[in-house]
Amino acid sequence: MESSVSIRDLSLDFGSVKVLQSLDLEVAKGEFIVLLGPSGCGKSTLLNCIAGLLDVSEGQIFIGGKNVTWAEPKDRGIGMVFQSYALYPQMTVERNLSFGLRVSGMPKAEIEQRVNRAAEILQIQPLLGRKPANLSGGQRQRVAIGRALVRDVDVFLFDEPLSNLDAKLRSDLRVEIKRLHHRLKNTMIYVTHDQIEALTLADRIAIMKNGTIQQLADPHTIYNRPVNLYVAGFIGSPSMNFLEGTLNPANQTFVADDGTVVPVGTYAFETPVSGSTKAVLGVRPEHILIGEDAKSKPFTQEVEIEIVEPMGSDTLAWTKIAGKAVTFRCDSDVVITSGQKILIGFDPARGSIFNAETTNRI
Amino acid sequence: MAVDTLEPRGMRPRPFFTPRKIIIYSLLFFISVYYLFPMYVMIVTSLKSLDEARGGNIFALPIKVTFDPWFKAWDTACTGLYCEGLKVGFLNSMKITIPSVIVSVLIASINGYALVNWRFKGSEVFFVILLFGSFIPYQVMLYPLVIILRELHMFSTLQGVILIHTVFGMPILTLLFRNYFASLPPELFKAARVDGAGFWRIFIQIMVPMSLPIFVVAMILQITGIWNDFLFGVIFAGNQNYPMTVQLNNIVNSTQGVKEYNVNMAATILTGLVPLAVYFISGKWFVRGIAAGAVKG
Ligand SMILES: Nc1ncnc2c1ncn2[C@@H]1O[C@H](COP(=O)(O)OP(=O)(O)OP(=O)(O)O)[C@@H](O)[C@H]1O
Ligand SMILES: [Mg+2]
Repeated sequence: MESSVSIRDLSLDFGSVKVLQSLDLEVAKGEFIVLLGPSGCGKSTLLNCIAGLLDVSEGQIFIGGKNVTWAEPKDRGIGMVFQSYALYPQMTVERNLSFGLRVSGMPKAEIEQRVNRAAEILQIQPLLGRKPANLSGGQRQRVAIGRALVRDVDVFLFDEPLSNLDAKLRSDLRVEIKRLHHRLKNTMIYVTHDQIEALTLADRIAIMKNGTIQQLADPHTIYNRPVNLYVAGFIGSPSMNFLEGTLNPANQTFVADDGTVVPVGTYAFETPVSGSTKAVLGVRPEHILIGEDAKSKPFTQEVEIEIVEPMGSDTLAWTKIAGKAVTFRCDSDVVITSGQKILIGFDPARGSIFNAETTNRI
Repeated sequence: MAVDTLEPRGMRPRPFFTPRKIIIYSLLFFISVYYLFPMYVMIVTSLKSLDEARGGNIFALPIKVTFDPWFKAWDTACTGLYCEGLKVGFLNSMKITIPSVIVSVLIASINGYALVNWRFKGSEVFFVILLFGSFIPYQVMLYPLVIILRELHMFSTLQGVILIHTVFGMPILTLLFRNYFASLPPELFKAARVDGAGFWRIFIQIMVPMSLPIFVVAMILQITGIWNDFLFGVIFAGNQNYPMTVQLNNIVNSTQGVKEYNVNMAATILTGLVPLAVYFISGKWFVRGIAAGAVKG
């Protein structure tokens, strides 16, 4: 596949603080990549490096096959959208949109045509004469997207574009960004720390931690086959349940620290395991089943419900397995109450097993 | 009524005479009196004839109002050898103040912008040195400065005194602008970079239109500072360019004849009129500029 953005061995440090460390990333043409990670892991820094707003310490950046490591932001063929909108406050929406084009000395007629097209795509035509102060948050963010749109670039960079908006607007605009991507087919690199945004928008997600990419894969793989404990714990809400214990390949069991035995014969191992190993077994809350459904599973246990949290669409219940707090999800129609004894079960094939020392998936 | 007050509802009633308010207002009142009283004395004296000013009670209102002292102060009062009044000094002060204010504010704003948005190697060090400059008492530097200006052939010229004012305004003004620009969202600058704007375009089209309040603050500081300056004027400007403050001093301290208190008062008020007017006209902007981040970070 043709590569659109290619980052090779990129490092960046602010003095002694290493923010990005030998980072590699290949983004295909037209791909929607989401950079996901906790605050301070270097997502914005990486985006600013791609945009040319920060000088890299080490490594190279290619956009559209051209080495742009030393190029000015305007010459990189990128458009950028910021969390704080960053609209020029004293200019009208129309002039905000056209600023970059006017700077480049484009003929008036073409500027007008491009502004109108962007305004039509984003449905902001009625706002063209207003100042940013007189717009709502959602409208401002649309204008900010429009400013990237008019430049007709191959690569869009988004830095948490939706995190200043309320929940309803966020989900509306999320769909709109997806629609925009379908329509324009540009390459998009999108920074967020909202996993829902990441899972719904991305072709591939890059999970970041301390300036490195932990896993780069499609949302399904990230969710179901996380490469290490960090990714497993970061993705999913409520997060994955973890049981610590020992893996015995000889009799295909996982023995939790308190002696609870989980048969793992159905689990597809990444690499063959020899000899018993300290391990962590992870199971997602929705993969723990109750009642009749649980009976056929390789692992079953009768447990006492501690707390019940009705969430509307489903119900979250808290209990203990092998002395560890465990949550599971069940249908909101099922009546469960705290103190109730209930049979639960899961199939380790749907779970993940990690080496306790290396924290990598086995 | 009694029932209404028992059941809190709607806007909470605020009694007008709380102890807090009484203290604040009486304090403000006494401070105003303290500052306005000398002003009052000056105004009434300047409207009296010389006989009345010398003879009567200084607090009394003029028996017969006359504007002669004002005309004399402006037009014919003697400043040393010449008897042309303050008008020459007024013109000189204008010639010194206007270019100095424009040049210093312009350079300082560009400095502040560059220090915040275009960091270069050593820009922090540069800033610290500049700040350090504002703590050195400038009397220390007078003699070297005289020599430097002499070598530049600018001693006793308008350009010379303008240069001095510009240089001495730099630390505080740069600090002012730097702090203001640092309070603006950095994304705005980044967005403009992505849009292809360069150093000057970002400054002129993005930063300056957002910074009018701080420009007003800087102008007020400079106008009052330079207008009221005496020392630099008397040392560097040269006889023919003496600013108004120097000429005022010459009028008030002239040794021949009787002390014309009424003329002196009028001359003093005339000299203070420009900064006073600047404050009255732009006071609102001044407050807004201070509130807009001049004192932050
Ligand atoms: N100018 C700077 N000087 C020194 N350190 C910096 C600078 N800018 C960022 N950092 C550090 O770099 C790290 C990464 O910052 P970055 O803004 O990329 O995080 P992020 O992943 O975008 O976080 P968030 O989700 O909060 O936006 C942080 O630890 C931050 O403190
Ligand atoms: Mg960030």
